[in-house]
Amino acid sequence: MNIINIEHIAKIYQVGSEEVHALRDVSLKIDKNEYVAIMGPSGSGKSTLMNVLGCLDTPTKGLYDFSGTNVSQMNDNELAAIRNREIGFVFQTFNLLARSDALHNVELPLIYAGVSSSERKDRARLALEQVGLSDRMHHKPNELSGGQRQRVAIARALVTQPSIILADEPTGNLDTKTGEDIMALFNDIFELGNTIILVTHEEYIAEHAARIIRLRDGLIENDEIVTKRFVPKKNGASK
Amino acid sequence: MNNYLFELKEGLLISLRAIRANKARAILTTLGIVIGIASVVLMSTAIRGIDNAFQTGVASLGSDNLYIDKWQWFNNDIPWWEMRNRRNLSLAEYKKYKDLAKLPVATAPTVWSNQTVKYRERSVEFIILQGTNEDYIKTTNLSFSEGRFFNEIESNGGREVVVLGSEVAKKLFPRGGALDQFVKIKGHKFKVVGVLSEQGSWVMGNFNPDNQAFLPIQNVFKYFQSENLRSVTFNVRAENSSMVEAVKEEAVGIMRRVRGLKYNEMNDFSINQQEALLKTINQTIGVIQIAGLFITGLSLFVGAIGIMNIMFVSVKERTREIGIRKAIGAKRRSILGQFIFESAIICLIGGMIGLVIAIILSLVINQFLPTSVDANAFILAIVISILTGILSGFAPAYTAAKLDPVEALRYE
Repeated sequence: MNIINIEHIAKIYQVGSEEVHALRDVSLKIDKNEYVAIMGPSGSGKSTLMNVLGCLDTPTKGLYDFSGTNVSQMNDNELAAIRNREIGFVFQTFNLLARSDALHNVELPLIYAGVSSSERKDRARLALEQVGLSDRMHHKPNELSGGQRQRVAIARALVTQPSIILADEPTGNLDTKTGEDIMALFNDIFELGNTIILVTHEEYIAEHAARIIRLRDGLIENDEIVTKRFVPKKNGASK
Repeated sequence: MNNYLFELKEGLLISLRAIRANKARAILTTLGIVIGIASVVLMSTAIRGIDNAFQTGVASLGSDNLYIDKWQWFNNDIPWWEMRNRRNLSLAEYKKYKDLAKLPVATAPTVWSNQTVKYRERSVEFIILQGTNEDYIKTTNLSFSEGRFFNEIESNGGREVVVLGSEVAKKLFPRGGALDQFVKIKGHKFKVVGVLSEQGSWVMGNFNPDNQAFLPIQNVFKYFQSENLRSVTFNVRAENSSMVEAVKEEAVGIMRRVRGLKYNEMNDFSINQQEALLKTINQTIGVIQIAGLFITGLSLFVGAIGIMNIMFVSVKERTREIGIRKAIGAKRRSILGQFIFESAIICLIGGMIGLVIAIILSLVINQFLPTSVDANAFILAIVISILTGILSGFAPAYTAAKLDPVEALRYE
């Protein structure tokens, strides 16, 4: 079943008197439990595509169907609800609340989902255990290493049990070794049955994915299955 | 409903967290509100205190009473030199008026003199001695802590008797036992036949019966004042306030006759009433109130602008945080609520600190001036501070709620 189905979407920004076509005509389907990497040089439109896929932004033209719901015309609050329930974000710069400890950071999406305080704490603890940070729950981001911060961010993305995990250059701010650890964590998460969309410009990071979509000038240049390391479990464990 | 409660509670917790994380800034921000609320509360309690004092003071004149006098006391629409040139009212005229007047329930002549009253080595300086007759007590609501008012025989006979106000008695006889003692006024001995119970009204000062003494009117003329130098005031009491107008009209008629005024001559006397005084006082207090609250309100307004300013800075500073919150699913109203709550809580804390300062200060000021601190002022202060927080937090919060998550996340 397709979780994501976008048809002929375009995104046009008005910069001064000039129209910038960040996305020209992109159509794409992503299935449940796929591991997709979106690649492309800067200016290719991959960030815009990620924003649209993450429901942070709506396309100027075209249709975006997210597991059966048309989200291309939704307003701010409806999009917020979709992001909250269906999408887990992992950012290059981690984007944790600096003044809150790891546990509260992971709890945050559950607050907006209306989950009670005690259940929130339990689920956040579980998610932190899952990323191997059970001994760092009450550390603030500045007391954690880069890799640990990214793990907190991943726990935050996982805690709502979203339909997709959207990772934007998740290793961009990490050294190679730590980056590999994080990618290994993504592999584990993927094997548990999650759907992962990875935005990157590094070949060796993209190689973790089973499918690589290459963008150039707002168009899909190439979309191929590369099952070098992992075989997507089409009928394996569900999330 | 439950959902809203949940959001309210969580919004509150998020805001408290943010305030705790920025304690120093919150304290500085709240200073404006502290000062604003403290001054508003202080001003309103001071005004209320002054107002109370005036009202009780005026009430002691009695709403059913008229005072026929050479002078018009308040609302002076008659030039003072004209009043000065009026003939004095005499005791003889009082007697004529009393015989002719049918409507009043009681009348009494009064004339006063400033004298020092002594008992052994103690003395009270320059109090008002009211010379009057036995009916005086019926024109007032005065009550006695001991003894009685002087009677008709003592009054007509000009006996050397005196009734002391409670303060006067307390100063001369700190251990009590004033009754039947002899006090000296200007070297003459007077027997204390009664002591008034405390009337308690601040504003009337020397005019407060607590600070006065009463004796037969003849004695004033005999010992202290020459009769033709002093004008007598006629205290007239109507049965109730609805009778006041009728008593007044009758009095005008009788007084014109007694004084032999022709139809084209102006009244050469005035009939004074508490009402006129009240009107004057209320006008004055109204002006003080508006001016005072306006000025203190300004300081609160400045505080509110301070809060708004800081909240705008705070929103700008936390653009990224807002982006994160929105990305992971915060709706507009969650962000709006978070920042409004934050500013409301800061203001509430400021308001409560201001209130405590105001209470302490008003207790200090109460030593010199009457202040009246009441529950209404507290509730008002708290409501005003929360409202200030909501109003000054709204614009910054709305800016925050409207932020585009993509741009907010990119903000450095």
